[in-house]
Order: sequence, then C-alpha cells, then structure tokens
Amino acid sequence: MRHNSETVYVHCEVLKAEYNVTHLGGFLFRLNAASMSTTALYNDHGGAEAAVEAGLESTPTSSGSTGAAFGLFSADFKKNEDLKEMLESNKESLKLEAMKRVVGLIAKGKNASELFPAVVKNVASKNIELKKLVYVYLVRYAEEQQDLALLSISTFQRALKEPNQFIRASALRVLSSIRVPIIVPIMMLAIKEAAADMSPYVRKTSAHAIQKLYSLDPDQKEQLIEVIEKLLKDKSTLVAGSVVVAFEEVCPDRIDLIHKNYRKLCNLLVDVEEWGQVVIISMLTRYARTQFTSPWKEGASFEENNEKAFYASDSEEKSERTEAEAYVMDPDHRLLLRNTKPLLQSRNTAVVMSVAQLYWHLAPRHEVNLVTKSLVRLLRSHREVQYIVLQNIATMSIQRKGMFEPYMKSFYVRSTDATHIKTLKLEILTNLANEANISTILREFQTYVKSQDKAFAAATIQAIGRCATNISEVTDTCLNGLVLLLSNRDETVVAESVVVIKKLLQTQPTQHSEIIKHMAKLFDNITVSMARASILWLMGEYCDRVPKIAPDVLRKMAKSFTAEEDIVKLQTVNLAAKLYLTNSKQTKLLTQYILNLGKYDQSYDIRDRTRFIRQLIVPNEKSGALNKYARRILLAPKPAPVLESAFKDRDRYQLGTLSHSLNSKASGYQELSDWPAVAPDQSVRNVEVVEPVQEWAPSVGKTKKLKSDDKFYSDNEEEKAEEESESSEGSSSSSSSSSGESSSESEEQSSEESDKTSSDSGKSSSGSEETSSGSDSQQKKKKKTKKAPQKKSKTAAASSDSDENGNGPVVKDSSSSDESSSGSEDDSDSDAAAAPTTQQQKKSDRKPGPKVKSEVEVSLLDLVDFSPAPTNAPKGPVVSPSLLSDLEGLSLSNTSSTMQVTAPSFGPVKTYELLHHMTGKGLSAKYHFPRQPCLHQPGMVAVQVTLSNGSDRSLEEIHVGDRSPASLNIHCFNTIERLEPEASVTVSMGIDFSDSTQAANFQLCTKEDGFSVSIQPAVGELLMPSSLSEQDFSREQGKLLGMNETSATVAMATANASSQAVKQRVLSVANVGEVPSGQDVAHSSGRGSR
Amino acid sequence: MIHSLFLINASGDIFLEKHWKSVVSRSVCDYFFEAQERASEPENVPPVIPTPHHYLISVLRHRIYFVAVIQSEVPPLFVIEFLHRVVDTFQDYFGVCTEAAIKDNVVVVYELLEEMLDNGFPLATESNILKELIKPPTILRTMVNTITGSTNVGEQLPTGQLSVVPWRRTGVKYTNNEAYFDVVEEIDAIIDKSGSTITAEIQGVIDACVKLTGMPDLTLSFMNPRLLDDVSFHPCVRFKRWEAERILSFIPPDGNFRLLSYHVSSQNLVAIPVYVKHNITFREGSSQGRFDLTLGPKQTMGKAVEAVLVSSQLPRGVLNANLNASQGTYTFDPVTKMLTWDVGKINPQKLPSLKGSMNLQAGASKPDENPTINIQLKIQQMAISGLKVNRLDMYGEKYKPFKGIKYMTKAGKFQVRT
Repeated sequence: MRHNSETVYVHCEVLKAEYNVTHLGGFLFRLNAASMSTTALYNDHGGAEAAVEAGLESTPTSSGSTGAAFGLFSADFKKNEDLKEMLESNKESLKLEAMKRVVGLIAKGKNASELFPAVVKNVASKNIELKKLVYVYLVRYAEEQQDLALLSISTFQRALKEPNQFIRASALRVLSSIRVPIIVPIMMLAIKEAAADMSPYVRKTSAHAIQKLYSLDPDQKEQLIEVIEKLLKDKSTLVAGSVVVAFEEVCPDRIDLIHKNYRKLCNLLVDVEEWGQVVIISMLTRYARTQFTSPWKEGASFEENNEKAFYASDSEEKSERTEAEAYVMDPDHRLLLRNTKPLLQSRNTAVVMSVAQLYWHLAPRHEVNLVTKSLVRLLRSHREVQYIVLQNIATMSIQRKGMFEPYMKSFYVRSTDATHIKTLKLEILTNLANEANISTILREFQTYVKSQDKAFAAATIQAIGRCATNISEVTDTCLNGLVLLLSNRDETVVAESVVVIKKLLQTQPTQHSEIIKHMAKLFDNITVSMARASILWLMGEYCDRVPKIAPDVLRKMAKSFTAEEDIVKLQTVNLAAKLYLTNSKQTKLLTQYILNLGKYDQSYDIRDRTRFIRQLIVPNEKSGALNKYARRILLAPKPAPVLESAFKDRDRYQLGTLSHSLNSKASGYQELSDWPAVAPDQSVRNVEVVEPVQEWAPSVGKTKKLKSDDKFYSDNEEEKAEEESESSEGSSSSSSSSSGESSSESEEQSSEESDKTSSDSGKSSSGSEETSSGSDSQQKKKKKTKKAPQKKSKTAAASSDSDENGNGPVVKDSSSSDESSSGSEDDSDSDAAAAPTTQQQKKSDRKPGPKVKSEVEVSLLDLVDFSPAPTNAPKGPVVSPSLLSDLEGLSLSNTSSTMQVTAPSFGPVKTYELLHHMTGKGLSAKYHFPRQPCLHQPGMVAVQVTLSNGSDRSLEEIHVGDRSPASLNIHCFNTIERLEPEASVTVSMGIDFSDSTQAANFQLCTKEDGFSVSIQPAVGELLMPSSLSEQDFSREQGKLLGMNETSATVAMATANASSQAVKQRVLSVANVGEVPSGQDVAHSSGRGSR
Repeated sequence: MIHSLFLINASGDIFLEKHWKSVVSRSVCDYFFEAQERASEPENVPPVIPTPHHYLISVLRHRIYFVAVIQSEVPPLFVIEFLHRVVDTFQDYFGVCTEAAIKDNVVVVYELLEEMLDNGFPLATESNILKELIKPPTILRTMVNTITGSTNVGEQLPTGQLSVVPWRRTGVKYTNNEAYFDVVEEIDAIIDKSGSTITAEIQGVIDACVKLTGMPDLTLSFMNPRLLDDVSFHPCVRFKRWEAERILSFIPPDGNFRLLSYHVSSQNLVAIPVYVKHNITFREGSSQGRFDLTLGPKQTMGKAVEAVLVSSQLPRGVLNANLNASQGTYTFDPVTKMLTWDVGKINPQKLPSLKGSMNLQAGASKPDENPTINIQLKIQQMAISGLKVNRLDMYGEKYKPFKGIKYMTKAGKFQVRT
C-alpha cells in the first residue's frame, strides 16, 4: 500500500504542474482519474496508454506552428512532415525508420524539436529499439518542451515498478535525465526508492540519478546527501564507484560520511569497475590527507612492534620495516597504499595515473618509486595520454630526480613526436640532469639542436642554458657549445643562443670577454632583433671588459640606427648612455648623435627613453640631483635571471587533475589539504557490524575454519606476547582487512609464530576471538595485550583463506564480521579449553559443508562456555585430525624419563611441493613438517599437507591410495569428501620413515584420478627435540656411535655468529632442542627412533 | 564529468554531436578551431584546451578529432582514456573508424554512446556487454533487418553488467572451440649515426581471440615469466595468482581482447634485428646530395625479416630524388618531402640497397641536419625478448579446445639517426 499512496502524491505533482497546459485538460483529467483508483493505475495499462494517446492526438492541432499546413498534400509541405507522418503510422517498421532519421538529425545538430508530440507518443512502444531511440530524443528535447515531456512520465513511473531490474534501471535513467524542474519531487521519490532496491544495478543507476537531480535542483542537497549516505554503505562493487561520483559532485566536503566506509572502499577497490576506481582513488587521496599524519617527516617516535605485527603477512614490506622506523603509519593509511598498489597494473591509463598521484601525495618518500615503472609504461600509449603523463612526470621530476633517472632514455625525443610532446620530454630531461648524466644529456641535446623543427631546436637551447646554470661543472662547456651555435645558419637558433648566452654570462660574472668579443664579431650577421638587442645589452653591461670594441659597435649602430627594430634602438640608446658614462672621451659625440636620432624617432617609446637618458647623463643646469647618480642607476649590478622549470609551481595542484594540466584552477577543483599535525581520531573508521546474520551467512563455514586455525596459534611465549602487546586496535582491524596478501607468506609467518611455543603453553589463554569494534577495545587495550599474537595469526588465516577463494570481497567481509561478532561473544579470557571444541566444530563443519551454518553459530556460543578438558597440552600449528588424537598427544610427554620431549623450538618452516596443480589436474598439494609430536603414533613424523583445488570443478573423495614400499606405515588423513574450486584444506598425516631418509611414496587419489607423490624427509625432520641437562647430554652423546652421525653444513657468516643466530640456523635444518650450556659450544639435542 | 562530445573531421566540420547533460552549443568548438589553426600539424593541437566556461579535451584518431566538452575538474586522462575507448568500440563495431562509417551507422553510434555514458560517467565500456546490448551491424543483419523489420538492439537485457565476470557474456556457444594467442612484440629503438643503440626497449602484448563455449577458465604459463618486467592486465586476469605463481589465470572474454601488455625495459639487452648502413651527404655549394642506404639482418635468430618499410623525412631543401632500389619500390613525395621505400623481405645473401642522388633547391644552403630514418619490419615466429608460452590449460569445461600461439616481432618506433 505504500506504493499506492506515493503514486497519488506523484500524480498530484504532475497535476499541479500542468495547470497551464489547458489543451491537455482532458488527458489530465483522465490521468488523474486513473491515479485516483490507485491500484488500477498499474494494472490497467491499457487505460493509461489510451490516456496518453488521447492527450497526444490533441497536440498537433494546438501546437500552432503547423497551423494551416496541417494536411498531407498541403502546398507548403514542411520538411519534417513526412517524418511526422511516419511516426504516426501504425507500422512499427515505419516508425522505426522515422526515428532513425530523427536521431540522424539530432546527431547532426539539426533541430527536430517540432516532432516532439509525434515522438513522445511512442514512448511506451513494445519495440525495444524504437523505445530506446525515443528515449534518446526525449532526453535531448525534454528541456525545451517541458510540458509535453510530462506526458511520458507516467510510462516511466510504471516501469519503475517492473519486476525486471533492467527495466527499472533504464526507466530511472531516462526519468532522471529529463531535465524538467517540475518533476523534481517525482525524481526524488524514485531515487529514494531505487536506492533501496534489491538490485545493485538499480542502486547504481540511482547513484547516477542523484547527480542529475542535484544539477537540476541544488535545493534538494540535504535529501540527496541522505541517499548518498545510505548508498555509501552499500557493499556492492557496482554501486561503489557511482556513489562516490555522486558524493564528489554533491557534497565533497562531507568527509565525515566516508569514515565508516573507508575500509570497505579500500577493500572493494580492486573489484570496482575501472572508471569508479579513478574517482574513488582521487576521493580517498583527499580523505587521507585530512585524516592521517604526514609520512614524510623524520624523527617521530616509532613503535617497532606495531609495524611488525602489521607487516607480518607481507614479505615485501617487511624489508621496509627498518626504513619506516621513524614514524608510525596509521594502519588505515597503509591499507590504502597497499590496496591501490595492484591497480598500477591496470590497463586503464587513468587508473594508473590516479594510483601514481595517490602514492605521490600519500606514500612515504621511499615508496613513491613504485609508480615510476608504470608511469613510464604509459608513455607507450596514445599521444594525448603521453602528453598528460609527461606533464605529471615533469612536475614530479623537479622534486624527485632520482625517481625517473633510471628511465632517462625513455624520455629521449623521436623525430616523429608531436612538438608539445618533444618540449615536455626536453623539460623532463633537463630536470633529470645532474653531474653524472649531464654529458649523456648534452650529447643528446646536440642532436636535438639540429632538428628540423626549429621551435624545438630553440627550446633545446633554452634547456642547455638551464643545464649550464644548474650544473656548474658544465657551464663552460655549454657556453662554448652555445657560442659555436652562434655560427648556425638558422636565425632562430642563433637568436636563442644569444639570448641564452646573455643570461648565462649574467649569472657568471667572471671573465668572459672572449665570448663577448666573439658576439660582437657576429653582430653584423645576426638579423634577429632580439639577439641583436641582447648583444647590445651585453656590450653595455660589460663595456669595461671590452673597452675597445664597445665604442666601435656603437659607431656601427649609429649608422644603422634608423633601420633597426624598436627593441634594438632602445638597447642602442642604453649602450650609448653606458658608454658615455664610462668612456665619454671616445663616445660623447656618438652618444649625442644617437640621442638626437632618437629624439625624432617615430616611436614615442624611443623618444621618451631618449629624453630621459639625455636628462640623466648629460649634465646641465636644469638637471637636478639625479645626474649625480646616473652611474649608479645605469651601471648598478643587476641580479641574474633565474632559469627554472616552467613546471616549478605546478605542484600546488594535485597531480593528474585538470587544474594541474592547465596550470590554473579549474572550476570544481578540490584543494588537497595539508597533512594535519595531529591525526584525527582514527576510531571513527571502525565499523560496528550490526548487519543481520544472514548477510554473511554463506561464508560462515569459512569463518569457522578460521577460528579453529586460531586455536592452534594460541600457545605463545609470554615474552613474545608482551613484545607484540603494543599493537593497537587499529592495526588489528586493518590487518584483518589486509587479506589481499599472499597466502603462503602469511601462513609461514604464522606457523613460525606458533612454533615458538613454550612448554608452559597452558599459561596463555586461547582467547583468540577479538573484537575489532574500537571504542571498548581502546579501553581494554592494556588488558588485551597478551592476545596480540593470536590476533595476528587470525589475520593470517583469514588472509590465506580469502586468497584461495578468488572472490575477495565476500570473504573479506566475512572475516571482519567474524572478528567483531566473535568479539561480542567471547571477550573475556575463556581458557584454552575452547581449543579442542572448536576443532571439533570445524571438523563437523567441513564435511557437511555449508548446511550447518546456523547451527554452528549457536553451538559455538554454547561450547565456548562449556570448556570440557584441561588443555595444557602442547599444541602445534597443525590442524589436528580430531579431538581424540589431539588428546592422545598428551600422553607423549611421559615416554622417556630422562629425555623429555619438548615442544619444538622456533624455527623457520619450509614448505615443499607435493603435487603441482598442472600435473594434478587442478589438485595441488604442499607439505611441511610441523615439527610437533605425531598424534597418531609415537614413531611417526607428522606431516602437514595443504590440498588446494586449482581447477574449476570440485574434487571429490581425496584420499591416500597405494603406497610404494608396501610396508610403509602411514597414518592417512580422513577422506575429504569434497573440495570446492579455489578452496584448500590442510590435513595432517603421520608417516613412519623408520628413521631413514628413504622417500615415502604413495598415491594421492581423487574420485577419478590418482597421482603418485613422494615425501622425502630431510634427516633433521626425523628428529625430535629433547630437553636435557648438560650432563645428560654428554652422557647420551657418549653412548652414541659413529653410525648415528649425520652431518649437515650450516653456512653462516662469521660476523653474525651469535649463539642466537647459530641456533636459528641449526633449527632450520633439524628439529632439535637447546641444551643449556655454559660453554661456547652450542649443543643441540634431538631424539631419533621415535 | 563528460558533458558533450563533438566529432570533427579533418576539414573542420562537426559531423556528429551528442550531449549527455544539457545541450552545449557547438560554438564552443570555435576555441578548438582556433587552437587547430595555431598548430602547424594536426598532431600538435593541445589535448586540453581551456575556454571561458568549458574545457575541451580532444583526441585525434583516424584523422577525426573527438572533442569532449567538460565543465568542471575531472582527471584529463579519464576523459582521454574514455575517448580512446569510444574509438576502439567504433572500430570494433564498424571495422574502420572513419567519418563515412560513423555517418552510415549514426543510429548505432548514438545507441552506443547512450549506453557508454550515463550523465557523463562511463556506464558500459566493455565491448562484450555492449555487443549484448547492441548488435554490431553486418551486411547480413542489415539485410535481414530491412526485410523483417527487426532491430540491432539486443532483446536480451545486459545481464553481463551484473555478473562477477562482467567482461564475458553468458551462454556462449561455439561448434569449434578455439583459443588463439598472438604474442606481438614491438621494438622501440633509437640508433645513432655510428650504428650504436642509444635506447631500445620492447613493448609486448598478448592479444587473444578466444571462442570457447561456456565459462572456460584458462591458465597460461610462460617458460620465462621473469622477462615480464612491467605488465598490465586485462581485468579478467587474476592478479594474485600472477603475483604468487607467475601464471596467468583468467576467465576470458568472448572474442578478441588484449590479455596483457608488458614492457621489457632498456636495462635488459634488446636485440636489434636489422642494421642500416647509410651515407647521406649534402655538399656545400652544389645542388646535389648523395643518398646511399643498405639494410641488413642482424640478431634475428635465423628468422627472415619481412615487410620492411623504410621512410624518411628529407630536408625541406630537397627537390627531387633519383634513386635506384636494388629491391622493392620507392616513392618520394615532393610536397611533404617524404621518402618511402617498400623493401619487402630482406635477403641475407643480397642485401637491399637504395642509392642515388638528390636534387636540392638551387641556391639553398646545405641542410644542417641529416634526416632520420624510420623502419618498419616484421619477423614471424619469434618474440625478440625470447618470451615463450609454456602451456595453456583449460578448466571448467569438458571439451578439448583447439589452441594456437603465434609469435611476432615488429618494429615500433624504430629510428635511425643519420
């Protein structure tokens, strides 16, 4: 019924609007009647159409313009009459043909507005193409024919209620494109409704409609902002780009709307369509500049732990850790940088450019270099793209030479480049010039100087001049080169050289009389006035250095004075004046002659100047005080001109923008604010997840798995925990969203982490669930410090999971929501008890697949409180096959009296490939030795196998088949019923290698195929760490015979041979424990023969 | 964003206009014409032109200016990229993108432009989606349409826009399932007077033509993926997979598309497939110049160098050239001073040469620069960087596709300075 009441409202609006359209009264009445019977309107299509028909039929007569010409065979046959005729015919094909011709008219820019009534009638046509063409027409002319355009509105309103999303969307699109102010309320209503539509496509359309409505009626701003706010929360990638466009258009200053959506936008970014990416990135750049502190300043305090925890899952960035030590980057800031980085690989040049500008404006200095390569790649693109990219590079290269220096050769000019491309390249090459590469660049410039494109050659000379001033080593070389150019045949080249030499000499007040003399000699041959003027100026300025030549030049000038250009005349007067002051004996007469010539010159400028100079230099009674200072006025030391890049001041504009390209502020340009001195509260970006459970129900299955994985990472050293304790809440949430990282790395990291288990594992709680909702966790920060590592491992698990499932955003969502939801249920220190139970859940969960989700959700809650078993058992990183076997492991600790098997020490875990997915028809397997006691049988070595499905169909019944030494004792994993595409599962096996390094061969079978695989253990993996006292160690050592010796070389630099480092290296090859020893020799104990 | 679009031909006529917001008078193009007059060459028209109330951003392709009118701040590359996408789409639809083709298909053009932008913001630029919405005109379809009165507009709704793989339409069916990949590499190089390489780099692309039924999932692996220094992908490529395993894994779009483009930078050693011996001299005082050019293969790994075309912009003073080509034909345009020599295939036993004299304008001084020589060539069956595809696998569908991979090397911007 809601709809119905709205329709009434809508139609009333139409009614009001059309009071003056009297001749349509009948139509309106009927329309009104139709809307009165609210339900009837949408059911009774026929009626409504008839109404439209009725209204339209009356239009031709009343449209006036046709007047008497109404008639087929009328004498003054109008041009478009035949089209009208065709449009009004009953035949679809005729109508279509007519519409095509009408569109042709529109395309040519001809006026076809008089056909409006005839065209608009067809708006409800069944023929899609006809309808579309009518839409084209309508959108084009509705503004001019507002009253008639209203006739079509009801059709769109009806279509807005269609069950098909595309029809709804297209109706909204056209409706919002009709720029008729009267329908603003209708549009508003339609937008609001569409913003809540089930279909993301319709919501996208509504985001587009927002801008249209805003441009039509800016008064609607407040209401539209509400819609934007709502749409910003949308999780669909389709909507994200469009709504940000609307945001930028309507309320770019409402940065507060972004806070809650910031992380979501960052995470969705990769999957948004390319045009949306551009808009989102530039908006986020602006956002980040207001919300984060500058990464550029040095010396700020640095919390190593925070960074470490954050980077834990990222190998590349680990290396940056050390460099970033001066400052703590907001995790959200890092998130943005990380999530935009892959977009540098986009095929869309606009996307690459926008990422580049984002890095330029937001990234720490040393990371900006990442974008260089991609920008250089863009130079291969079309001419126009090159132009824009080069402009941006020119600006960048002023500040950061090093960025582009390795790619200098990419900026070499080709003779086929357009002139503006050439000059831009020249600009960049000049910016890049330094002591090291100047010779290469100058050699290159020599080629350019000879270019047939004289404008370009002149620009090159300027560039040489700039190089010469910037790099003092080459100033003389450049100067000499330029002097050589003075004998060039081309005037523009010579002129440019003279001008540049003049500037150079001015900056170099050393002795250059040779050059000046040379120029004086050339003076007769140079005809370009600017060059002549420059030479004259030089003569005057340095007349004391060329005392003999200068008067002679003046003499020559006196002869040709009348024939010179104005600028040359002016400089002649100047020269005369200066010579008069310095060398009046020789030049007095000449000067007077020239001043007399100037006095009667045609140009008042020159007459004026002459008069002024005369009064200044020639002493007479009338001349006052100035005369005394003439020398000081004319021969004052003049500041040298600064030769600098034309792109010097462009950095005030955001890179990649239109304003930057034009070097003037374009309308609608949003200033990029400076970094805030103190970062605003970052908790504003934390999102409380209040979505209903169903929202992410489909991925709960995975969620469970994550949780169980966490369990295993729960054991940790107290020490470690403290170290990690500083990691703030912010980092946890951002790292949870960092799931786009490489999975293998994170897994390794996390297993390393957990390998560090100590025997007193019971101490640490397994409160692996954390909340990421900021406000309360901020307070609890201290309390939670011990949990930081779990947090991290969870993140790792989350990331690995989402990675394997190609569909990023869904999983990411689930992982974050998991975090927060679980946080609510378990924030207190529930003890390690939860561990086995969750494992169990996981197990039960994996088999039946997604069916049990909702149950699991409940059971989890129950089981957490349940805490069935005391679990201070050593728990390894492996996903145990079952609760039972996990508990079995407990008994292991009393196998030996003297040699206590200890928990494996920290050591890097190597992963080996078991089955490549190429050979495995999509199934791939990797294994590693978790180095923990095998749970199945004491003598076995635990092997953890990760199976993943790289194919596109799900693999069924994965199990272990035949084994090759028949006696081989393997504890197989339970058959995996089904492995979905892109999914992966980790199972553990036990293999009895009988203390030999012989490979264990067996078959890995799926339902259809079997693949032979083999596991070859390194000898170190067969061992098991034992805790021994030093005496015990030597006693046991004595018992052993040579047979038991195995040697492995551990390569190690002597420099870092600390005991810690040695230990690390040893651990990397063998699973052993450390013997406390006073000596300098490191002992390692391990137990063979399990 | 984009307000209006004007299409302007070489003679300065606006032959098509389209407005996405309120109508902008075509007089705005006067500013463009002014800039055009100022520019000596058509290419020299600046891509961004400010006018008092609007900004004009233009691209020049196929001798047509596509001029977009915008009103407020927008990344210029955004507009430029979009305009190029429009041209690509036209080319895809009509085979060529000429004024005649656009005029003939004005309705389709209009329909396309309508779908590609909504309120000036790109809506559907993916060729597969567009083809679902608007069928490309073919001779057969045009005939059928005229007879039956059916239309070019697809009956289907653009479902592709909603799918996770928007670049691929659903329900693709072929009787012959085939997937072809062309590895095409272009060498950009500048060779200096003495024959040494100043700069050389390789720009490669992998263009694919995939006609496979259903939703195939392909993986393409390389023997030497390390070569690929800087890559950009079609959106269909799973980036993470590439990062982790250096394997291209993707659900391909239907039909032709560019899977990947890459860059082998100048730091690596780039093999130069040809050498040029040249002796171009102008003597002071005489109105004669000598022209002597010989081409020879070099570092081609035994493959033949084909379709060689040499072109050179001779100095303005040259009136005429009397040359003798040992192979192929040459032409000299006395107006533009452009010398082109269509060599064809290089025979290593008998190297092609072009020798003779040039007549200079009487009294004109000796040109101070020798012309640069641009070379185009093709080498089949070889990617000059040495990139090799290892294998192509298909998952997700049952049938056996026919697979083909072709390598080709071309000269890109290959210039020899003399």
